Amino acid sequence: MTVVPVLSSCLRRCARAVPLAVFWLLAGCASVQNGDPRDPYEGFNRAMFAFNEGFDDAIGKPVATVYKEVLPFQIRVRVRNFFANIQDVMIGVNNLLQGKPNAAADDLARVLINTTFGLAGLHDIASEAGLEKHNEDFGQTFAVWGMEDGPFFVWPFIGPNTLRDTLGFAVDVAAAPVRWAIDDSATRYWMAGIYLVSERAELLDVTTTLDEAALDKYLQRRDAYFERRRYLIYDGNPPRPPRERPPGREPRSDAAPLEPDTASRPSPNARAGTFEPREPSNYGAVLAAPRGKL
Amino acid sequence: MKRLLTLLLAGCLGLFALRAAAELTPPDVLVKDVTLEVLGIVSKDREIQAGNVQKVIGLVEEKVLPHFSFESMTALAMGVNWRQTSPEQKQQLTQQFKTLLVRTYASAITTYRDEKFEFLPLRAQPADTDVTVHARVLKPGRQPVALDYDMEKTPRGWKCYNVYVGGVSLVLNYRTEFSAEVRKSGIDGLIGVLEKKNRQLEAGKQ
Repeated sequence: MTVVPVLSSCLRRCARAVPLAVFWLLAGCASVQNGDPRDPYEGFNRAMFAFNEGFDDAIGKPVATVYKEVLPFQIRVRVRNFFANIQDVMIGVNNLLQGKPNAAADDLARVLINTTFGLAGLHDIASEAGLEKHNEDFGQTFAVWGMEDGPFFVWPFIGPNTLRDTLGFAVDVAAAPVRWAIDDSATRYWMAGIYLVSERAELLDVTTTLDEAALDKYLQRRDAYFERRRYLIYDGNPPRPPRERPPGREPRSDAAPLEPDTASRPSPNARAGTFEPREPSNYGAVLAAPRGKL
Repeated sequence: MKRLLTLLLAGCLGLFALRAAAELTPPDVLVKDVTLEVLGIVSKDREIQAGNVQKVIGLVEEKVLPHFSFESMTALAMGVNWRQTSPEQKQQLTQQFKTLLVRTYASAITTYRDEKFEFLPLRAQPADTDVTVHARVLKPGRQPVALDYDMEKTPRGWKCYNVYVGGVSLVLNYRTEFSAEVRKSGIDGLIGVLEKKNRQLEAGKQ
């Protein structure tokens, strides 16, 4: 969910929403019983979520649907590639800031190849050549630096963010290459608009499927956000033990009890993408631990 | 006596043969074969591409369902609450959750459009009974999307009990929703909510 050349007007809207947010928080309508400790302002967030859904139903989805129906697939892919190429610049910077010079070098090579041979980024030939695209942003960089998540917020128009990711998002917007590379503000707004519509159009199928699957859309999206962000921060290898195995099953007789703190430490080979020998799960711990701890 | 012994021996051999047959397909091969077969059918079927969910559900039930363990999935999604669920409730819950998951899966398949799949080599010990099979969907201008399948070995072959898409578990994602419902109206309440959800989806599609 790298958000890059997003409208500065989004930020302005956000600024306008702050007094409202403060009002809600002070009004105390935010606390919800039995909630997730990561989401202390669930009441406020649910209201904002409903607002965003309403905006999406009224404007986001219809515009994205027209975009998808009018433009052929090949054109939409070019649009996606064009913006993805611009984003690779800051993805590279973030990889560097996270101490991953090799990944950053790949990102730089991607930009160089796609900008030249890929005709201003319209073709992602770097991916075809085996230079894989990465997913980085300042929220992830701050997490790698050790910043905690902070409370969870759903912002109007912007959507779900932890406090740390909100900060990261603000820096993403401020550092977006489009902001310093293009002087003409009208051009910038057009680019941001096309980017947002293109991104929404990409997700039309996914959101339809998710909506169908949800019992409570808010909880579904919130938990998916937490899991997805954690996954991205760990570059696809989040520490996963104790193994989530179906409960009610007897541990194997050779099962050694799992040390509680091995759960929180990334295994040394997890980064290299190698297979971790499966540790027999400590079912008691799995069953007893609240969802958030796993 | 000799005949009895022969019979016994034949019986044992038969059992071994059965076991061997069940162990024949390793989990990574299973995931790859089933995925490619289903996608092959989908990419040739105009009705499915036009969004005929009913037809996909038939396809999924025939090709995919035998390789999933829905009771394990339901147990995972329930977490602690699984322990206080009676056998009949377990059965009903599993049935409803299965219907919902199959429909979601089928609806996702209708949107499939020639994305490239990549199957990563399985890293596991021969004696492992619980492995994760890794695959990826490749798209230009996008980071590849990881598909991870947690699989357990059963006497009836390898069964999938958890699926992650881009790091998000489709099964564990339900845990908060389920426990909220159980807290509000008990296990029977949750079964009722799932039944209602499935009825709505069924009605919406016709």
